[in-house]
This record gives sequence, C-alpha cells and structure tokens, in this order.
Amino acid sequence: MANYGLAVDLEKCVGCKACVVACKAENEVPEGVFRLTTHELEQGSFPDLDTELRHDQCRHCENAPCISVCPTKASYRDEDGFVRIDFSKCIGCKACMVACPYDARFINPEGGYADKCTYCIHRVKEGKDPACVNTCPTDARIFGDLDDPSSKIRREISNNRVTLPQEEAGTNPKFFYLNKKLNEVKA
Amino acid sequence: MTDFSRRDFLKLSAATAGALALQGTGTFQDREVRAAPNYWWQDDTATKYSYCDMCYWHCGVKAEVADGKVAKIYGDENDPLSQGNLCPRGQAGVKQVYNPDRLKQPLISTGKRGEGKYRKASWSEALDYAAEKLSGVSENWNGAESIAWLNHCTSGSWFSHIAAAWGSPNTGSPSHSLCLGAREIASQLTFGLPVGEHMPVDWENTEFITLIGNHIGENSHNTLMKDFMGALDGGASLTVVDPRFSTAASKADYWLPIKPGTDTALLLSWINLLIRENRYDRNYVQKYAKGFEELKKRVKEYTPEWAAEVTDLEQSKIEEVGREMARYRPHAVVPPNRKASWYGNDTQRLRALFILNALLGNYGREGGFYFSAAPWVQDYSYPSMKLDNTGGGCSGGGGALGEDTLPEDVRERADKKGEKFLYGSLAEPELIDAIANEDPYPVKGLVVAGNNIFHSAPKKERTKKALRNLDFYMAVDILPQEHVMWADVILPESTYLERYNDLFTAHHKSTPFISFKEPAVEPMYNTKPGWWIAKELGERLGLGEYFPFEDFEEYLNDRLKPLGVSVEEMKEKGTIKQPQLSQPFIEDFESQGKKPPFGTPSGKIELSSDRLKDNGFDPVPSYDEPEEPPEGYYRLLYGRSPVHSFSRTQDNPWLSEVDPENAVWINSDQAEKMGLEDEQYVVLENQDGKRSKPIKVKKTERIRGDCVYMVHGFGHDTPKMERQDEKGASDIELQSDYELDPISGSAGMSVNFVRVAKKGGSS
Repeated sequence: MANYGLAVDLEKCVGCKACVVACKAENEVPEGVFRLTTHELEQGSFPDLDTELRHDQCRHCENAPCISVCPTKASYRDEDGFVRIDFSKCIGCKACMVACPYDARFINPEGGYADKCTYCIHRVKEGKDPACVNTCPTDARIFGDLDDPSSKIRREISNNRVTLPQEEAGTNPKFFYLNKKLNEVKA
Repeated sequence: MTDFSRRDFLKLSAATAGALALQGTGTFQDREVRAAPNYWWQDDTATKYSYCDMCYWHCGVKAEVADGKVAKIYGDENDPLSQGNLCPRGQAGVKQVYNPDRLKQPLISTGKRGEGKYRKASWSEALDYAAEKLSGVSENWNGAESIAWLNHCTSGSWFSHIAAAWGSPNTGSPSHSLCLGAREIASQLTFGLPVGEHMPVDWENTEFITLIGNHIGENSHNTLMKDFMGALDGGASLTVVDPRFSTAASKADYWLPIKPGTDTALLLSWINLLIRENRYDRNYVQKYAKGFEELKKRVKEYTPEWAAEVTDLEQSKIEEVGREMARYRPHAVVPPNRKASWYGNDTQRLRALFILNALLGNYGREGGFYFSAAPWVQDYSYPSMKLDNTGGGCSGGGGALGEDTLPEDVRERADKKGEKFLYGSLAEPELIDAIANEDPYPVKGLVVAGNNIFHSAPKKERTKKALRNLDFYMAVDILPQEHVMWADVILPESTYLERYNDLFTAHHKSTPFISFKEPAVEPMYNTKPGWWIAKELGERLGLGEYFPFEDFEEYLNDRLKPLGVSVEEMKEKGTIKQPQLSQPFIEDFESQGKKPPFGTPSGKIELSSDRLKDNGFDPVPSYDEPEEPPEGYYRLLYGRSPVHSFSRTQDNPWLSEVDPENAVWINSDQAEKMGLEDEQYVVLENQDGKRSKPIKVKKTERIRGDCVYMVHGFGHDTPKMERQDEKGASDIELQSDYELDPISGSAGMSVNFVRVAKKGGSS
C-alpha cells in the first residue's frame, strides 16, 4: 500500500512538452484529446515579466468528486490510492467531467468512455516512473510515495515551494506545483 | 478472441461502436461496445537499440516493438546524450514511421518541374533513369562538378560520399551556412578548436551563465536542457540577453531585452569593462592568449555608457552583469548559440563572444569550456577517393580554415568560396545562386537528400529559379515536402527506425561514445535505407568500388572490428563508451608537461587574429551598426518550437497536435496601435513586398516593440500533407534578403523587416 503523488517543479520545467508527447505515446491517447497538457501563463508587463508553465492532468485527489458523482461506480479508488476508471462500467454520462475542478477528464473518442491520466499505473506496478516522469529531460517531474519519509517527492513537498492549484476546491489533490524560485529558497 | 490480432479486435469494436451509436445510446452498457483497449504494453514486446534521427542531436533510444510495430520509444539510460530521457520530437519518432502521408514508392515526373505530376516506378527503373540522367549532365556539361549534392541528417553523408568519389566539390548541408558555421569558424579562429555538435561547456561546475539569443527549452536538445537546468538547480546565476522574454529568460536573474542586431556592442562593452576595471584573468591571458594590446586599444571606445545607448539597455545593468561575470570567473561562461547566422557580421560577433570567454579565463578550466574528446573509430576501408567527403557534419569539415585541396582536374566550388567568403564548407545559398545564374559555371544536376531547400534557404524565388534551371533534379526524402514535389525523380527513404545507419560518434562531459542503429521494424511501403539508395545509385554511376560492402552489417563490422566489438554485440548494447583519449582541462595537460591544445597557428588563444588580418579582415572585432527598420516596419526574428525540427515535423501526427501552427509575437502596445486582437489572423509583408500566409497574432508583453518573432518551419504548401498544409506562416517567405558573412559564408537572415499588410478574423 502506497500513497502515490506527483509534483512538477515549474522552475525546472523548460516547457519542452516531452511529457505531453510521452503520455500520448505510452497510453495510445487518441488524436484530439490529451491526458496531460501544459500551457504558459504570462505575468507582468514589459520588461518586468514572469511566466509560469502550468501542467494539467488528473490529480488523483483524496477527496475525488469524480468518484462520488459516478452513477455506475466506474470511477473508483484502488488500494494504492490511484483514481481509476473501469471502462467497462462507464456509460459516458460525463458527470465526472463536470465534477472535476481540474478539467482532467475527457470522453475517449474511440471508446466512448471517460478517460484520464492513470499515473501510468501499469508502469508504477513494475516499479517504474510514469512515462511523463521517465522522459522529462530536466527532472522537473517527481513521482513517488507521499507516505514514505525517504521519498524524493516527500522531501520536495516538505519545503516551502509548494502550491496546490485551486486548493479551494477542497479535493486534496495528490499533485503539486513546486513554483517558488529556486534562488529564493536557497537564499 | 485469441484468433484475433489486437488491431483486428480494435477495428471490430470501433465498427460495432459506430453501428450502435447510430441506434442511439440504449445499448451503452454492452460490454463488447465499451471494451477497454488492449494497450501495447499488454502485449509481448522486444527492445531494439537505435539513436534518434528526429533531430541531429542523436540521443540513444530503445524502441519497444509490439505486434510488429514500434509502439513506444524510451531514452537509453546508458547513452550519455539521452540518459534515459527524450524530448517531444524523440517521443514522436513512432509517428514518423506510421505517418500515412509518407512517400511510398519511387516516382518519376510526368509533367513540368514544379507541377507535381508523377507516375509510379520500380526501384530499378527509377535508379537506372536517375543514373542515366546524372551521367548525361556530367557528359554534357563539366563533369562531376556540374552536379551538386545537398543533404541533411544521418543518411545525407552517403550522397556526399558519391560526390567525393565522383569528384564534385559542390556538396554540403544547410547546417553550416544557415546555422552554426559562423560560430565554428569563430571558435577555430580564436581557440583553434571547433565547438562541434555538442557544445563542450562544463555546465556542472559553472556558476554564472550568460545566454545571448540562445533559446534553451524552446530549442529542445535533450542533454542541453538537462545540463542547463542542472546548472541552475546547482545554484548558477543566469543572464539572458534577448529582445524576447524567452523561456530561458523566464529562468534568469537578469534579462537584458537588447535592441536586435546590437549584440556585438554589448559584448565589446563587457570586454571594455573587464579590461578597464582590471577584472579579467590577467595570468590566464598572459599565459595562454596573444593580441591583448590590440584588443585593449580597439575596445577602448566601446564603453558600457556607449553600449547602453546603442543596445537600449541600462548602463548600470550592463556593468552589473559584467562585474558579476568577472566575480565568478573562471566559473562564468558565455556559451555560443547554435543558430549563429543573424546579421552577416556573425563570425566577428562570435569572435567577440569567444574573446570575452577568454578574458574570463574559462577555456580549459572548470566551469567554462572543456577540451572535448571525440571517440576514435576507424573509417571504412574505401579505396582512395577523388575528394574528401566534406558534406556531413555541421562543423564545416575538419579543415574548415584550410584551403580546399582539389586535384587539378576538379573545378573550384561553385559557391565561390575564396571570392565571396573566406572559410568553411559549402554555403548553400551561394550554391543556389550559382545554379540560378550559371555563375561561375553551369551546375545542371542536383540531388537533395533530407533538406527542404524551400524552407532552409532565403530568397525562395531564387531557389525556384535555380530548380527550373536544372537539367536533372532528384530528391530523396521520407515525406512529400515542397522541394520533393519539384523533383524529376523521387526516391522514398525508410525512417530511422526501419534501417541501419552508420555509427554515431560524439562526446558528452568528455566521455566519448559510439551509438549504433539497427532496424527496429521492417521498412513500411516500398522504401529503402539511404545507404542502400546511394550504393545502388553509385554502382550505376560506375562508382561501385566505393561501395564495396555487400550489406550494412558487413560495413559496420569492418568499422567495429578494431574496437573489439561486433554488430551482434552492439545489438545488445546500443551505445558503448570509450576511455577518454585526452584530458578535459588545462591543468591536466600541464601536469603532464604538455601545452594546452589550442590549435591556432600561435598555439595560443588569438584575441587578435593574424589569419583574419592576412586575408584583409579586421583582426579584432569591431561594431557595425545594423540597418534600422524602415518607418512602420518591424525587424523579423525567428526561432524554434520545442516540438518541431526545422520544417520537417509539422506533419507528424503527435507533434502537429501539440503545436499545429505558429503565431507572430507582437508587442502589446504595438498591437494596440495597429488595432490587433490576440489570435487575430494577419498577413505580413516585408520590405520587398513579399507576403506571408495568414498567421495568428500573439499579442504579448514578452517582446520589444521594434521587432516581431515567429517560430520557423511552418507555412507549408503541401496539399498532400493536410496536417501541415497552410498552417501558419513561413519566415523564409519573408526572407527575400540576407547579409552574407564574408568570413564564414553564413547567411544572416535577421535583416528583413515586416509590417502587417492585411487583417483577418480570429481563429
């Protein structure tokens, strides 16, 4: 029993989108939909500027509205805390899509069922990182057991660089942004 | 179920789903209809080693093959360039294989050049025809020199191999004159060493990095992103000099939004500051450099105060960054960028950059540049060839600063090296000029392999004129790109995952290594590997003795034998590292009583270059003011998307989905002034009245008001490739002018100006 989570160090992300394409490849995500997306936010005005590279995917929330809202119990939490979808039970009603504050779900155009990031559970069960974490050239993506005090993710989220996007949604996401400047923390 | 293959099953369930959808939603709980996909990783898979060919970085990869198809590509953990990671382009190598738009069989033109009418041909017919035509050109005109061979990427060198065997000096790739030639020439003039494909910066130990127009991140070379971020993560300070707030700038401690075209002024002012305030590494310069007094005299006028005026930067910022650089030296580095050809004075600009590094005492020192060590691999034992094969690689060939040593019966290069410019391998735009104008002599045959000359070379109209002026034009490629559909004969190449290719040799952090490529899957369609096409063509041209190997394993085994490995072993390993043959730092040489290996005539770092002086050029860089944009025009700048390689990946299904079209970045205030909305389509027009295809406006604070920016490689005219056809605009369409660098032969293309000529609707 583990409690897996994912953190993206936005200061280390250089916006190359290798994670986006790796996810597409690993999970054979059909054309037109994505399990993982990134986008850039521009802040400030010339020449005092900042940008933030946001990453969006299923956050495998502890308090997941997609599970409670699902009329067929197709959405469920497994023993390792992953939020999963049993495609065979999904009727494509989209209630979960409406309930998700992170817009992480979509209807798979080939199968008609709701679909989303699985944290590459098939890889994690073999002791590997999710494909997006595996490919990241700058090690900006960190995956691991939140309950393991020696895990890298646990160390990283214990510092003062963490932001939980849309924390007010109250879903206790297991997905974190590390977005304070590296220098600020080191100083 | 077991009788079905997985793909059949998917097809069946998709068909059933379609039929049921028509009947309404009443049967949606039918398990057959909603069956979960059988993912590729649920099948048995086989791992094949290769190195990526989606760009020229060539990371080592492991291709996972399931059900006879490449399903997923992972970075090879043992490969020093990949280290187990891949960029988005590397990930999308899968879709290069399974792109339905691929060229599928040899084609012979049945219409006029540029008309795009073809008939199918067998390989033997197409190769016989091509050989007959090429021989005809050689006989009717001036021999082998009448045929030019332009190439790019791993298969390309097989075609310059033919040129070398046959005796045509007119061969090369765009990577020299349209990319990094100027930095290679400048580095060789200054340090006597090329930068090479994989820049030997000691990122691990550097503490102060200054990037000038260097878009790491948007330029997604795997190891470069990794090392750059590793340096920042380790606490290095970053300064980014760029008219645009690039991704790299967003990571910077100092962003200097410089007026485009004035970079040399800034570099010279930093040199001035280091000397005037006595902050340079005096011992290093005294010991390892020559020409300091001339440099000192020259830069006296280039004060930060003067530079502030010229560059539109704050004087205090220029001074602060210069002093910080000095404070951290020699752990301070100003890496050169890759796309070096900007304004036509590029060799001198990069000379200034390298001289600044020399004053920081960082070449051959920790935190600066290390002496790189290429691995040793024996060449294949060919009979001696008429010319050296200079067409491959980006560094302008080993003897880039040397004279071409052509036999007496071979004409000088048609690109007029020696007359138009001084150094370097083939200048593609000048060769195109020679073909278009039959000057200095007629070049009437052209073979282009993997190089989209309509998207790489400026002055597109001239390129068209050149193609019309040929007796015979052949293209070898994977996709029906614009330039391919002008060819008299089209030969479809297999993708990198379907073929063997030559060994790849490189270094990273002074570890030399050799990577291997074997076919992961059988070629799709009727396509063939580049080496096979060249061998078959070479044999038909009477050059069979230069292709003596029967198959490619024999060729590879010949090269691998002295290393004590075989093809079979390489299939298990993918990449092998070699022991270092030379030391990375000056102290390593000196501790053995050796001199550091600066390969200049003086054996020292040449702050002042006698080579340049002897050839009538300024031995020390000076500042030339760039031409200002005409009233109402903006300077056109261009760069890269992290998910695309040049103009060759916009049709890749995964990559086009992530980045389908480019946008023109326009400063918000300027956009307001022109009444432009974000996402609105516009047509740009340059100073010569050349117009772009419609392109979206990106209204942004992230760029200065005197320039606009777009990503290169979009704006295709390829009706046969819908994903990329008419998506965004091409910078090349607007680059009807360029400034030739008289030293390196590079084409500076940031000398074009545009205005918004037409406004359209929003997307």
